[in-house]
Amino acid sequence: MRFTFFLREATRSLRRNAVPSFAAMASVLVTMLVLGVFIPMVQATTGAANEVRAKVLVDVFLKSSATDAAVERVRKVLTQDTKYVGNVTYVSKAEAYAREKKQNPEAYALLGSNPLPDTFRVTPDEAGNVGKLRDELSPLTASGERTVVDPAIDEVKNRREETTKILSATKVVKLSMAFLALLLVLASVLLISNTIRLSLFARRREVEVMKLVGATDWFIRWPFVIEGIIVGAMGGVMAIALLLVGKVAFIDPLKSDFSLIAAPETLNFGVLIAVLLVASVAVSAAGSGLSLRRFLRV
Amino acid sequence: MHYPAGDIGLDGATFNVRGGEFVFMVGSTGSGKSTIMNLLIKEREPSSGTIRVAGRPLETMERSKIPYYRRNIGVVFQDFKLLPNRTVHDNIAYALSATGATRKEIRAKVPDVLRLTGLSTKLHNYPDQLSGGEKQRVSVARAFVNHPPLLLADEPTGNLDPHTSLGIMQLLYRIYRTGTTVLVATHDSHMVDRMRRRVIELRGGSIIRDEASGLYAQREQTTDEFGDLLDNAYHDLGRNP
Repeated sequence: MRFTFFLREATRSLRRNAVPSFAAMASVLVTMLVLGVFIPMVQATTGAANEVRAKVLVDVFLKSSATDAAVERVRKVLTQDTKYVGNVTYVSKAEAYAREKKQNPEAYALLGSNPLPDTFRVTPDEAGNVGKLRDELSPLTASGERTVVDPAIDEVKNRREETTKILSATKVVKLSMAFLALLLVLASVLLISNTIRLSLFARRREVEVMKLVGATDWFIRWPFVIEGIIVGAMGGVMAIALLLVGKVAFIDPLKSDFSLIAAPETLNFGVLIAVLLVASVAVSAAGSGLSLRRFLRV
Repeated sequence: MHYPAGDIGLDGATFNVRGGEFVFMVGSTGSGKSTIMNLLIKEREPSSGTIRVAGRPLETMERSKIPYYRRNIGVVFQDFKLLPNRTVHDNIAYALSATGATRKEIRAKVPDVLRLTGLSTKLHNYPDQLSGGEKQRVSVARAFVNHPPLLLADEPTGNLDPHTSLGIMQLLYRIYRTGTTVLVATHDSHMVDRMRRRVIELRGGSIIRDEASGLYAQREQTTDEFGDLLDNAYHDLGRNP
């Protein structure tokens, strides 16, 4: 009984205040549309940045005299005793030779013998820790020279130039994306709550009368919240429909040509829809309920 | 009652109203009549002093209890305060549903009060399709539909012509006859003089007169005052009448 009463009240005021309701719905629609385009873009960009950062690694070259036992010992050092280690891949002399020979057959045919050492390719647990990882494996001595943690290791190298470039560039990309996303969410919340407040302002006399006849705060508030839910859901559904059309018409045909669009982290459309719908309903319901507070203080 | 700006709304306005009384409050604008109304429906808080309604002091009442308290008071305003987007029936029904009445009760009570106020034919009209007198009748009907023990009317006839005013006053009187305490703030001297009920006169926030069956004002005094006022005005202008 109660709920149906509130629902009736909500739909009645939606019909009777069609213009402000439409304005609120339109603002939900527009913000959700912008968010719906922007979220996959952020995902794609951070995904690309992460992919680049994953390429940062440290090469541990072993001495050519290293025995199998020594190799195992170094592997143990890397996987168990060293901090900041993410992933360790072993490339043996023979494998390295085969790989390089495939790329550059003539040069290696001339060489005859295999000049390449056994190598461990070590990825840091986080790209930013690559310097620390290097220091772990090849600590600086007091005299400023580098030593190594195991006698079987010949040299520890990270590709210094690229590494610093990759790290700073991706950091900037990630930070600016996060900042933009934050701004956009803030703008959406402000826009929606302002529109709702405007439509409530037109009805503050109504609220005043309701209070005078002895309606409790929640009795007055529920229809407004339900109204907000309906408005938010309608705006959200329309935004999603438009996004779906855009995706099918424009993005999907391009998918095969652009790796950025096809990046695995982006465009989980189901999740995106759920997020947008929940956000639009929650923001407009909460917006109605909270904006009403000012007018309830009679 | 002092307003934050330092203005005095009410000062030394102590009075008692027994259950089932019909009381007029008279006085010029700004004398504190509406302030008393606002205090009684707990829309404002007094800065000092005590208000008791049915023996209960209002200042200790919790905020969350105010709606339930207001259900025991019917209020009628000069500007009607009807909900513009509801029909006559729905305006009255809203007051009932706010108190948690079921649809069955609404169906039973609304036609009754509409008959009492003579609005049965205007059931499905919206407020802007009604005359001023009819709007005020709806407002009275809404105030009375819960059969509250206390009915407050703040200038109920302020916007109406004398004939329509009479109808509204008769309606309020009929409600008083059912045992409801009625408190009417008014400027309508004609009506007060005709009805001869208790009159409380306010000036500058204080009670200056409280008579069991009084007139709007003591007539002689008023004419004297008015004469003085005219004399002064002429004197100020520097000529004699």
